[in-house]
Amino acid sequence: MTVVAWIPMLPLLGFLVLIATPLFSDRPLPPKLVAAIGVGSVGLAAILTAFLAATQFAGNPAAELNLSLWQWFSVDGLQLDFGFHLDWLTLVMLSVVTGVGFLIHLYSTGYMRDDAGYQRYFAYLNLFVCAMLLLVLADNLVLLYLGWEGVGLCSYLLIGFWYRDPANGAAARKAFVVTRIGDTAMVIGLFLLFTEFATLDIGELISALSTVQANDPRVTLAALLLLGGAVGKSAQLPLQTWLPDAMAGPTPVSALIHAATMVTAGVYLIARMHPLFALSDMAMSAVAIVGALTLLLAGCSALVQSDIKRVLAYSTISQIGYMFLALGVGAWSGAIFHLMTHAFFKALLFLAAGSVILGLHHEQDIFRMGGLRRKIPFTFFCFLIGCACLAALPFTSGFYSKDRILLSAWDFYHGFNGIWLAGVLGALVTGFYSFRLLFLVFFGREGEASSHCRDANNTAMVLPLGMLAVLALLGGLLAPPLQSVFGAAGAGHPPLWVEAIAVAAPLAGIAMAWWACLYNDPARGEQSALGRFWYSGWGFDRLYDTLLVKPFTTLARLNRNDVIDRLYSGTAAASRQLHGLVSVSQNGQVRWYIATLAVGTVLFLALLVVL
Amino acid sequence: MTLLAIIAVLFLGGILAWLSEHWKDGASRWVALLSLLLAIALLGRYADHTGIATATGSAPLWWDSLQLNWIPRFGITFFLALDGLGFLLLALTLAMGLFGLIATWRDVGFRRGFFYFNYLWTLAGVAGVFTAMDLFLFFFFWEVMLVPMLLLIAVWGYEQRIPAAIKFFIFTQASSLLMLIAIVALVYLHYSASGQLTFNYRELLAARLPPATSYWLMLGFFVAFAVKLPALPLHTWLPDAHTQAPTAGSILLAAILLKTGAYGLLRFTLPLFPESSLAFAPVAMSIGAASVVYGAVMSFAQRDMKRLVAYSSVSHMGFVLLGLYALNAIAIQGAVMQMIAHGLSTAALFALVGALQHRLHTRDMGELGGLWGNLPRLSAIALFFAVASLGLPGLGNFIAEFLVLAGSFASSRWITAVAATGLVGAALYALLMMQRVFFGGERSPHQNSGPPADLAPRESAALLSLAVLLVFLGLRPQGVFDTAGPAVADALQHIDATVAGTPDRYGAPPGDTGAVADAADSRWPPSNPERGISP
Repeated sequence: MTVVAWIPMLPLLGFLVLIATPLFSDRPLPPKLVAAIGVGSVGLAAILTAFLAATQFAGNPAAELNLSLWQWFSVDGLQLDFGFHLDWLTLVMLSVVTGVGFLIHLYSTGYMRDDAGYQRYFAYLNLFVCAMLLLVLADNLVLLYLGWEGVGLCSYLLIGFWYRDPANGAAARKAFVVTRIGDTAMVIGLFLLFTEFATLDIGELISALSTVQANDPRVTLAALLLLGGAVGKSAQLPLQTWLPDAMAGPTPVSALIHAATMVTAGVYLIARMHPLFALSDMAMSAVAIVGALTLLLAGCSALVQSDIKRVLAYSTISQIGYMFLALGVGAWSGAIFHLMTHAFFKALLFLAAGSVILGLHHEQDIFRMGGLRRKIPFTFFCFLIGCACLAALPFTSGFYSKDRILLSAWDFYHGFNGIWLAGVLGALVTGFYSFRLLFLVFFGREGEASSHCRDANNTAMVLPLGMLAVLALLGGLLAPPLQSVFGAAGAGHPPLWVEAIAVAAPLAGIAMAWWACLYNDPARGEQSALGRFWYSGWGFDRLYDTLLVKPFTTLARLNRNDVIDRLYSGTAAASRQLHGLVSVSQNGQVRWYIATLAVGTVLFLALLVVL
Repeated sequence: MTLLAIIAVLFLGGILAWLSEHWKDGASRWVALLSLLLAIALLGRYADHTGIATATGSAPLWWDSLQLNWIPRFGITFFLALDGLGFLLLALTLAMGLFGLIATWRDVGFRRGFFYFNYLWTLAGVAGVFTAMDLFLFFFFWEVMLVPMLLLIAVWGYEQRIPAAIKFFIFTQASSLLMLIAIVALVYLHYSASGQLTFNYRELLAARLPPATSYWLMLGFFVAFAVKLPALPLHTWLPDAHTQAPTAGSILLAAILLKTGAYGLLRFTLPLFPESSLAFAPVAMSIGAASVVYGAVMSFAQRDMKRLVAYSSVSHMGFVLLGLYALNAIAIQGAVMQMIAHGLSTAALFALVGALQHRLHTRDMGELGGLWGNLPRLSAIALFFAVASLGLPGLGNFIAEFLVLAGSFASSRWITAVAATGLVGAALYALLMMQRVFFGGERSPHQNSGPPADLAPRESAALLSLAVLLVFLGLRPQGVFDTAGPAVADALQHIDATVAGTPDRYGAPPGDTGAVADAADSRWPPSNPERGISP
């Protein structure tokens, strides 16, 4: 049992050691020791997870574990434990977080080797893993929220890791503030749930929901508020704007936080609370529509980006859109399956992109690359596998998970529908942008930056790349047995042409990419108006800037001196004026006093007479 | 007698500190340190009362009390008593007093003896406020803590110290005048109704007042406490006072003095005027939510780092007001937690600003920037407290804000939703502060003096102990709730009795008054050894 507690505890200890030593000594720890602590703690957590899976879960699809560490607080009916709940859903998330997390930590020892902030980097990364583990292990929504905000903080710290550039700081703050807007909706959702159901324990909430009628407005509202949190954390419409900027962080961070784990927390939240969402048609449609719109919008934006990491960032937004679409059509296990395969292949893509960027001396513009497949063949193969999975070519892991989502969308609405169509169009766009990226970077003419390309991979980087490549290829065979969590999924049998379209769409996209990038000259050229619009992420940044950011900052600056204080300083000034006025009368001249005395007396007498 | 001893140690320690500076340079701060440690040791005698509620299910409300005759002619007694709430706040007072002393150990440049005299007398006044159960005595201590604080600002403050001190004085003095009038009126009305002249808190709890009068008296108390809190629109003394006060003064002001306002609301305004408080609750909650939002926006707009922290206090104390007037146990417990957590985190932030000012001689965030490179230790600790201030879960501030909002949501959804946007505001100002001061390119305003020195072990240790405390409060807050629980329940009992309509404190037939008095009195048995009250 206590094995479970050690899983988040180990990265936490790693964080504490790494952050505490500089507070007490002026000399940093030797890099080897930093790496051993940083990577070792997550590696041990991964081993413990594997041990747990082997001993408790293997062959037992209904396995569950509950562990209460201590009573967190108990105030007048609001009782919460610092407690963990493990089922297969948790286990999948644990495996992804510790497994992929370990590989990315290992890769980081190579990627960040020469960075001055080596120790700080691993401290933040360890804290992130700990918070992410708490998020998925939590048996109540408040502990989940603790992990939720914790990963947000680490995301902020790591996006702004290279703090000397103010642009990185701005990107980091944008990420934190935008997600916090969603988080605030979510926390209001928690208050609503507590007020209505008198508990925030996930298990108790779900059993309380069994007595609630479908489409109860309270349930709909609570689900929509939770969706607000999920949308913020998972960078979905309308809070998606922070993720492309978040690429300011080191590339392994983008792989771990902004692709494989944290950004999928919203998917996990909805899957974990699925009985709540399933009760409300409106919430389900909202989730599906958000997913469908996001996957198309982000896919189109990915088509026209010029920065290798921004392509991948928009691709992540788009793929999480698929997961939301799956959740919105009740394909809970499909969404989690896609979450898992996406974690493998997107981490692979980011790490491979990291190798490219390092090899090109921090060049990220894909139009200055090209023809790299001969210079860095290993990286090329990794990238190729990643792109194939992303485009969902048959027999890759991405194919199995995406296919399931499209079929569920077809089934859920009993035939042809807009959500399904969006998914298929998205598959076409995905094939297009992923292979456009591959062709532009690794095929075609050599770009300006390609000539001084070196192979930057060292052992610490090769191993994670290779492992992830294998996982990305074969991950489709690892479909986790989630029916104990989500119930058995009804197996629909859509017509053959529907399946055929699902397979054909990405192939068509690849053909278009070939036509656009290899057959024609892929010169950057000037973009069309639509291209520029997509490039800017559909103008959302500018919209929010004019509608929200500018008015807020202007108003705040205008009122810097606090208009309320004017009331008091005004009173003070008025009394000083009055004081000046009255003190004029006290001038020490006897004549003046006698005169005023006389006038006063006359006036007083006159008043008496009149009245 | 221990209660009296704690207060006396602080008063006498102050006098001794003043004298000792004449005997030996620098002796005064050692005297101050020793008297604080002695007071803490004395308070430690009550430590075994904490958390009893969990062990026995029901704990005695009062842990200790002391009642001596003072001015019998007017029914004024020297009446001190301690319950869980008082203990927590007294512990906060002494701990933060110690922290402020250590964090600014070398900062006081002149008239040290007089400085530590004022420092200890402020603490003594606050300790009296948290324990006095006679309204006259309460008012006495209320004034005692004001004057030395005023001197701390006016003598040792920064460039605009005199206007700031005057503003602080006028705001607090004018509002306490209203409270004095309300106290006298309350006593007089009680006297004319019952024929008993008394300033005793427990006897005044049974006072029967006509509703309209009660409302006005309630407002008298409310305004005095709202100024201290501070709540919108009575907050404007705070940014000036904070910015101009010396670091130790800011720490006292933020960590302790603001809490006297919250304490007064919980101890006096709510139980003495339950009907009026109930009627006034929506207004007070709105003021609280408005303070949360307005404080955050103002904090965001500041250039002066100390003003930023000061306005963040307005925002955080707004949560306290919101929670207190939500009038349920969850929200009030959250408000109590907020008093403690805000005390710790804001004291630390002021100490950090002080440390920066000491090194770089500026608080203007336009001149600062990129300090992480030269001051990694100070920056990392500042990051921790900035993050605490924005309410990151796992730290005490989150527990506080979460409970306040969760509790007030049941009372008023819309007001709570507005207040919750303060969470976004907190992220805005806290992270902006981090960016402008610690991140970005390195800029040093005084290059000729070389890179500034990072935190000394003394400063690091003081700050880290607050950090550890905040983490502890975030992960194991139950001790605080168990300790404050009986006091919160007692305050709420008056409100609940009003909601239930029984006992109706006015309009009841004359024959029922005996029952009413009994009901009120039964919680205060005159000679019940269990409750430790010995009149």
